[in-house]
Amino acid sequence: MRFGVVRFPGSCDEIDALRACETYGDADVLWHRDADLKGVDAVVIPGGFSYGDYLRVGAIARFSPVMGAVEEFGRDGGPVLGICNGFQVLCEAGLLPGALLPNTSLRFLCRQVAVDVINRDTPWTRAVEGHKPLSIPVKHTTGRYYAPDEMLERIEASGQVVFRYHAGHNPNGSLNDIAGVCNEQGNVVGLMPHPEHAVNPLSGSTDGGLLFQSAARVLAPAVPAA
Amino acid sequence: MPRARVLIRPKEGILDPQGQAVERALPALGFPPAQHVHGGRLVELGVEDTGQLDEMCQKLLANPLVEDYEVELLEQ
Repeated sequence: MRFGVVRFPGSCDEIDALRACETYGDADVLWHRDADLKGVDAVVIPGGFSYGDYLRVGAIARFSPVMGAVEEFGRDGGPVLGICNGFQVLCEAGLLPGALLPNTSLRFLCRQVAVDVINRDTPWTRAVEGHKPLSIPVKHTTGRYYAPDEMLERIEASGQVVFRYHAGHNPNGSLNDIAGVCNEQGNVVGLMPHPEHAVNPLSGSTDGGLLFQSAARVLAPAVPAA
Repeated sequence: MPRARVLIRPKEGILDPQGQAVERALPALGFPPAQHVHGGRLVELGVEDTGQLDEMCQKLLANPLVEDYEVELLEQ
């Protein structure tokens, strides 16, 4: 299977995302001005500062040609993963519920956090087994998940909260410790922590690889038993 | 070309750490305490068709989920 990793002007985590994808499948870069997804099977929107994050994080990127194609792909059930700035872009685009606001500390945070996987029935979390939280880094200034009361109740009730910071690990003041959510169908997932930075043992944890492995497993052609 | 000013502020009830930081900073500088401090953004623009300003705010200038906005037309 083939992943596509979107590159906006200002993206900065697309190389790690590509490497993470290549660990479990093939991967191509998708340029922001191309409305063509090159036939990829899954799309990753990486972290960074798309279009300088001018106006509001993710606000401008959502109108790029590639995002039109990603929106269509996501609405048709294609697996989409937004990481950090990618999560912000998906929220701005209305593909995911809620918004990301400045951390309560108003500071840039960069640290390893423990993340509980709440919903394993998405194409990005199916390979997660056991109940140990994942060890994944966060690095952001605008990561406080917010949704109005009614929306928050709805996504909690419908299982759209996919990731939660483990008790005591909420770094940014996110409501209900929410670290990541999905759309109603579950195929579009976004999270603030960076699984692509936790794939190689050199970086201290390989837990992030499970997300990419999940998508690769879901999309791989079934291999008949030998 | 007509000019407009758009004021964008965090919706009431949403935690505003920027406003809180200013509230804490004022007494620290010896000023009397201030309450209900909120910071937002100001966008000024010249547009031919002022009828589209609201849509511009909804789609791009503000995020209506978390921000309120006001559009003011400026005297020429």
